Amino acid sequence: MTGRKALWAALFLIGAGLVVLGVLNGGMRDVFIKAVRICSECIGLG
Amino acid sequence: MARLRVWLGRHRPSTRRLIQLYTAVLYNAHVRGFAEGKIYTGPLKNVCVPGLNCYSCPGAIGACPLGALQNAVASSAERPAFYVVGTLLLFGLLLGRVICGFLCPFGLLQELLHKLPTKKLQKSKWTRRFSRLKYAILLIFVLAIPAWFAFRNLPLPAFCKYICPAGTLEGAAALLLHPVNGELRALVDGLFILKLSVLVLVAAGCVFVHRAFCRFLCPLGALYGLLAKLALLGVKVDPARCTDCGACVRVCPMDIRRVGDAECVHCGRCIGVCATKAISFRAGKLVLHGPELPERGRRP
Repeated sequence: MTGRKALWAALFLIGAGLVVLGVLNGGMRDVFIKAVRICSECIGLG
Repeated sequence: MARLRVWLGRHRPSTRRLIQLYTAVLYNAHVRGFAEGKIYTGPLKNVCVPGLNCYSCPGAIGACPLGALQNAVASSAERPAFYVVGTLLLFGLLLGRVICGFLCPFGLLQELLHKLPTKKLQKSKWTRRFSRLKYAILLIFVLAIPAWFAFRNLPLPAFCKYICPAGTLEGAAALLLHPVNGELRALVDGLFILKLSVLVLVAAGCVFVHRAFCRFLCPLGALYGLLAKLALLGVKVDPARCTDCGACVRVCPMDIRRVGDAECVHCGRCIGVCATKAISFRAGKLVLHGPELPERGRRP
């Protein structure tokens, strides 16, 4: 495996691992809670 | 009728344009939201879409990756931003800035605005230098300011609040114009005027400058650009066939130094101009569009 492929594979595993950890530590829930409420900052209402 | 057929033939949308259109519709498929003036609150909002699409758009079915990142950074005092960082890393590794070229509704909008028949500003060493601004915006507005305020317990998604034109267009316009949202309209003040001004400036800029927001301001493009060299999917150059003639760089409307670098949005415009057929759109070794790779040991 070349260096670039190994780096890609390592980063992919890290990314997948972070997603799993994020689901377990409540990070995905945070995304959901923010996304289902009107973001007043996003629409320019402060 | 024959003239119409000729016109339609000349203006047939490319595959990339069709993908952009389908993506824009898919990201905002919650049509009932537009009718009712309310945003979607279903389970798909657990997932970030890859491109820039405000989650306060009534039609948005997924979360905005940039908004989610700022929110995660702003909450980092409570818990690390594993989920959003991991998601963005995977998007970048798999798709890179193919997202910008194919899967971003705001990128589509910019390209359509640029079709208006006006004088156009060509790229130069100045536009190349100015393209570094998006990295500063990423660092300051998406990361540093939310992090700074996180430790003061004041969540502040600075890019969303002060800059993001997608939020003003997709979220504000759709929500504030709906008759049921009178309470929201009552909250309009100076900040809204600022954001509206940014939107107007960006839209005007895009008429004269190809993908002005993408090139100079978009922190999401900046983020994906950092993984450009590793992305699995994208326009790639076969070094064995490339003669460094520079035709691909000249025809490209973005500020690239070479095809597939951090500024390349993989639109594929360069594929047809390469005299030695060195450029193709690939997923790893698999050629999706363009010249096939030569077999090992055979000259092209």
